[in-house]
Amino acid sequence: MRARIRAFGRFWYDFVVGDDWRVAAGVALALGATALLVHSGVNAWWLVPSAVVLLLGLSLHRATKR
Amino acid sequence: MTSWVLFLTVLLACAVEAVEALTIVLAAGTGRDWRSAGQGTVAALLALAVTVAALGPAVGLIPLSALRLVVGALLLVFGLQWLRKAVLRASGHKSLHDESAAYARELAAAESAERGGRGRVRDWYAFTLSFKGVFLEGLEVAFIVVTFGGNERNVPVAVIGAVVAVLIVTGVGFAVRAPLARVPENTMKFVVGTMLTAFGVFWSTEGAGAHWPGSDAALVAIVPAVALLALGCVALLRAEGKAEL
Repeated sequence: MRARIRAFGRFWYDFVVGDDWRVAAGVALALGATALLVHSGVNAWWLVPSAVVLLLGLSLHRATKR
Repeated sequence: MTSWVLFLTVLLACAVEAVEALTIVLAAGTGRDWRSAGQGTVAALLALAVTVAALGPAVGLIPLSALRLVVGALLLVFGLQWLRKAVLRASGHKSLHDESAAYARELAAAESAERGGRGRVRDWYAFTLSFKGVFLEGLEVAFIVVTFGGNERNVPVAVIGAVVAVLIVTGVGFAVRAPLARVPENTMKFVVGTMLTAFGVFWSTEGAGAHWPGSDAALVAIVPAVALLALGCVALLRAEGKAEL
């Protein structure tokens, strides 16, 4: 039973997070920061696109330097 | 987003998933038993229909901003995964996804597995292989339909896009009885990764409370910007690879 639960969890982890967990964590951080900035009156539409450039670049850099 | 853009995006994304599912079913049918592979496919489609019917309507009850935040974040993470792999493949840092090789691997595994049936299923291996392939890829199709259709409040167009994609791929696959190796899957994945990332950026930012300059028209700039970013990464990695030689 425990092995099945673990396999189920691993499937969803691979499905959503994939090869680089830092990308998922970075997206979550960027969205949290956007919500905070919006809450304090800044229309931070530019933050997520900037994070995407940074996260994709860093992830590709890590993948090619292994 | 116009209905045509929604239709084409869903069609393209679902076609990729359908190609993968069909490769597995063809391997199970060719290497083992067509009847059991067909039974596995039908059983997976029924299980999928029940899952979507049970969970799908709940999406319509979620407030739009919360839906856009969660779904946008998921699409963005999902899209970046696709884009990362597509860039690595296009720049030569990862081997190209080869449906012929995948088909040959599945076929070899299917032929060497133990034989035997259960109940009305003549070959349990062919049944489970087809079931798993169709159910998992089908879940991804359902995810694409629910997220894109739900966000645009236009599920029927998303459903039509998915159904057309599955019908085209299935028709072509069974007509040629080959693993669809001629479909340029890597190029399709590059385009789908770009679309998923762009829509993920748009919806998740709106869901977090920010407003895009130009509202929905911002997508016209975001999609090519993401494509240029990915192509720029490919060019940069190719140049780095050549410089290291």
